[in-house]
Amino acid sequence: MWAFIKKEFFHIFRDIRSMVILFGMPIAQVLLFGFAITTDIKDVNIAILDNSKDNITMELSNKLVSSGYFILNDNLKSNDQIEAAFKRGDIKEVVIFENDFAKKLKKEGKANVQLILDASEPNTANMISAYTSGIINTYSLELMKKSFKMPVSIITDTKMLYNPELKSVYMFVPGVITIILMLVSAMMTSISITREKEVGTMEAILVSPLRPIQIILGKVAPYVILSFINLIVILLLAKFVFAMPMYGSLILLLLESILFIVMALALGILISAISKSQQQAMMLSMFGLLLPTILLSGFIFPIENMPLPLQWVSHIMPSKWFIIILKNIMLKGVGMAYFWKETLILFLMTTFFIVMSVKKFKLRLE
Amino acid sequence: MEENNIIVVEGLYKKFGSFVANDNLNFTVRKGEIFGFLGANGAGKTTAIKILSGLSKPTSGKVIVAGCNVKHEANKLKKNIGYMSQRFSLYDDMTVKENFRFYGGIYGLSAKEIKLKTDHLLRKLDMVENKDVLLKKLPLGWKQKLAFSVAVMHDPAVVFLDEPTGGVDPITRRQFWEMIYEKSLEGTTIFVTTHYMDEAEYCERVSIMAEGKIEALDTPANLKKQFKVETMDDVFVKIARKES
Repeated sequence: MWAFIKKEFFHIFRDIRSMVILFGMPIAQVLLFGFAITTDIKDVNIAILDNSKDNITMELSNKLVSSGYFILNDNLKSNDQIEAAFKRGDIKEVVIFENDFAKKLKKEGKANVQLILDASEPNTANMISAYTSGIINTYSLELMKKSFKMPVSIITDTKMLYNPELKSVYMFVPGVITIILMLVSAMMTSISITREKEVGTMEAILVSPLRPIQIILGKVAPYVILSFINLIVILLLAKFVFAMPMYGSLILLLLESILFIVMALALGILISAISKSQQQAMMLSMFGLLLPTILLSGFIFPIENMPLPLQWVSHIMPSKWFIIILKNIMLKGVGMAYFWKETLILFLMTTFFIVMSVKKFKLRLE
Repeated sequence: MEENNIIVVEGLYKKFGSFVANDNLNFTVRKGEIFGFLGANGAGKTTAIKILSGLSKPTSGKVIVAGCNVKHEANKLKKNIGYMSQRFSLYDDMTVKENFRFYGGIYGLSAKEIKLKTDHLLRKLDMVENKDVLLKKLPLGWKQKLAFSVAVMHDPAVVFLDEPTGGVDPITRRQFWEMIYEKSLEGTTIFVTTHYMDEAEYCERVSIMAEGKIEALDTPANLKKQFKVETMDDVFVKIARKES
């Protein structure tokens, strides 16, 4: 069996195409999606509601406006005007300073700023809030050094309007993870198994004392390892290149990913069992797995916006459930209690595909 | 006499639905014999080989290979047989040595045994200096000899050769048969299918299948006498004619 796994690695490392798919693809995808969505912000219209009007809030407002990123569109007088200001549609952000801002900062060492954003363009909203917080943080550090001798903190509280969950921001990372795992696990295994069938080496292996289960395990083990490495690479890229937050448990994320990898591998075996050639396996995984994963899993197009029949179809896509799980862990930081249902569905699908693929594989032996 | 028979087939039937692929096959093969298993395409050869090598189960009948009943001792059987197909079953993207290591590994040989065997077999083939060459860089004839060496690496009692000489030139084929002879002298039973009738002459005994049945089984010399012809080619044609 070790000999088998080692042999499989030889195939992978000596085939440039495999290597490109395995390692070039994830990196390219993350970077592509990441940078395609990332937009620089410049001259964003904002409004300020200054409830304190002291020297510090004035100075901070100046900092914001003079940063080059923001244009002060309006000075609001009260909370009632916020809604109307957004509805006019020309501002993207309202910055609110609380009462007695400077006083609180001196006395208690902290004061609150609230940022309210129009999140209907979620990515932009996120960028704006990040830039604003950045400027505020720099300013509070300056304050600490120059004016105060004690540590002070300006607490920013961000509120997204219209789209509080920021539906498409960072969606690409869970989506890319799903696609890559699907690609590496399902497509690569199905191709590599059919290749052995085509070349005729499968016969020799079947005649050997290896049991079918050993053959399957030997075949998929390298891909489990490689998928896992890919997963880590994507997560690292997401964290260090795109500052993607990771609120939930990493271990839970990895466990759920293993479940998904196993599911995809079973699918790969199933595909290889029903297809006769490498090309056929490739086509099946492309059109049967990859395209639906991209189009119907909610990765690019929100499922809620799909026509009803397509929504039904999306329910049978394992990737849909996996993306929900990933989003929950990565973006909301919630635990198992919130997505046990999705996990269960994924688990049942996995079991179903394993049973199916083992059956089909045995059938081929006859 | 009985224990000298390494393959015993009695009343073997294999049916796929209503189609009878193997219709009451009866034959034995002696230890160390070179047994030719001939027949036109679709005559049921492949089905029979699959059953003999434990890949497929007979519908009924008794099949004993290397002391194992193929029906319920398939796993024990598989350790005692070797297999080489027309397509050689070697990996093009691995070196000669790696191929040996892989097949040695799946037959459960230890690293030391694999090394010894590899050295021994490569020296015999005069290919020691090529052991780190990727297989795809080697000529077809070499690959074929390697495939045979790999198939007998674990010293099986029986080696199944399924059209082993397809697509090679006559000289290479000749050399290949010398290897087969050598192995058979060491006591390994060779069970070979082929489409080349000159090769049938090399076999000690030959069976010819047609439409799922064994139509003739004897030494090449006796078969020629029986059908009153000069060559094995004519024997084959006569049997095939009779069918149609």
